[in-house]
Amino acid sequence: MSTTMSDQKIGESAASTGSPEVALRLSIRNLDFFYGANKALKSINLDQPERKVTGMIGPSGCGKSTLLRVLNRMYDLYPGQRAVGEVMFDGENILDKGIDINVLRSRIGMVFQKPTPFPMSIADNIAFGVKLHEKLSKAEMAERVEWALTKAALWGEVKDRLNTNAAGLSGGQQQRLCIARTIATKPEVILLDEPTSALDPISTLKVEELIDELKREFTIAIVTHNMQQAARCADQVAFFYIGEMVEVGPATQIFTAPRQKRTQDYVTGRFG
Amino acid sequence: MSTTIIAGAAHDKKTAVAMSRRRRNLGRVVDTLCVLATLFGLFLLASILAILLWRGLGGLRLSVFTMSTSSPGTPGGLLNAIVGTLIQAGLGTLFGTPIGLLVGTYLSEYGRTSKLGNAARFVSDILLSAPSILIGLFVYLILVVPAGGYSGWAGSVALAMIVIPIVVRTTEDMLRLVPTALREAAVALGAPKWKAITKICYRAALDGIATGILLAIARVAGETAPLLFTSLGNLNWSADLTQPMASLPVTIYNYTTSAFDDWIQLGWVGALLITFGVLSLNILARVVLRKRN
Repeated sequence: MSTTMSDQKIGESAASTGSPEVALRLSIRNLDFFYGANKALKSINLDQPERKVTGMIGPSGCGKSTLLRVLNRMYDLYPGQRAVGEVMFDGENILDKGIDINVLRSRIGMVFQKPTPFPMSIADNIAFGVKLHEKLSKAEMAERVEWALTKAALWGEVKDRLNTNAAGLSGGQQQRLCIARTIATKPEVILLDEPTSALDPISTLKVEELIDELKREFTIAIVTHNMQQAARCADQVAFFYIGEMVEVGPATQIFTAPRQKRTQDYVTGRFG
Repeated sequence: MSTTIIAGAAHDKKTAVAMSRRRRNLGRVVDTLCVLATLFGLFLLASILAILLWRGLGGLRLSVFTMSTSSPGTPGGLLNAIVGTLIQAGLGTLFGTPIGLLVGTYLSEYGRTSKLGNAARFVSDILLSAPSILIGLFVYLILVVPAGGYSGWAGSVALAMIVIPIVVRTTEDMLRLVPTALREAAVALGAPKWKAITKICYRAALDGIATGILLAIARVAGETAPLLFTSLGNLNWSADLTQPMASLPVTIYNYTTSAFDDWIQLGWVGALLITFGVLSLNILARVVLRKRN
């Protein structure tokens, strides 16, 4: 299969998801990404429909996490990493120099692979992000903390110990705390980078149920190594391979009738 | 063919048993050497403490804390030396800690691989192991000579120069232990980098940094050499920082090398006080660190 052919197909599939009846939250166009001189993403085109879950799958090192970290400009922390192309969000290209990345990150939140509770109380963990962007009274903040923890299905478990250190929570609870912390700043998009890979099956199930719940309000992009998870959670699935986006389509189509042979080989477990 | 395999296996097993026995014996020898070395180190420390208690406790009375040093044969204490050490070590820590914290933060968070960062880290490490008498001489040249005299200020500055590299090293090391994921998590919520450092990283590294500061205080409280050319020492009571100032280590140095029995006795008391002060700070640092783990 030649590169030009697959490029053409990518263009088509990107266009096909952008059907007029679905509002788009993020549109990625001709995105290249570099780690120094090493090109890690090659002209990616992908649309993320509003209030849908986009699953990103592919073998390790294929660029799916890299793409996620472009969407909230996380790569800005590291000199030598750069993105070229267009990522349209609310009428602006977020890769533009003039973008206020702190505001951008409050609108496009991110949850990481390993739970990262801050060394402070549960309530302060939630308040940390909110305080950066809003001036709330004590009562309003308490209300926001409860709202975010409820949304993350954690309120019932922690409501009696909001002032205890977050490090005392179990791994699964910590991860839901991190999701609550992200929700608390009221973002429009939530990026999940393998959010359950460090969790046990029961905690994983809870987070997956949570994702289902959250997509009523938020646009979600999830990177996962677990294909069942992608099948369960995602509305559309994008398959990445060595820096290219091979194929994107509705989850059922990607897993049952992939158009590309490489996708088929991967989802049937022949490599990866 | 099967016999060859069995014969081979038997042979291998014999070798394996012999090798295992040799390893076990070697392990026992090394274990014993480690224990002996530990006991030797502990013996040295215990004998220092024992001789200090034996020689020092006899002279420990209330007047040590209420009277200043005086001429041989007249009643005297160590008040001026104790206060002088508290003032100079306190000011040295007060000047040195913020500078050390900022440099350590720069090295860990901003200049990790930059040329300036590498140069600063190198210089700081040299300063850490520089003979402290050189620091005394340096401050003598830049402060004592231009000011026209020894002073408590000069002593404090010399001690600050010893505090700085210790705090730099512990701050950098402790901040580096903070996982990158924690920084990224803070930044991903829209926190600017400086806020991620001050609100999250400092908090995560707090106990380790505090331990470093305590150890720096313990170190400078016992320094003699940098004070010899800077605050000189003062036989009379003085809390005036523009004048020569007494300190415990310098007083110990002067008294124990004197020819007077009562001075020598007070010298031992001073050594006892400073040793237990430093020991307490070290134990406090350990407790703080253990609480973290």
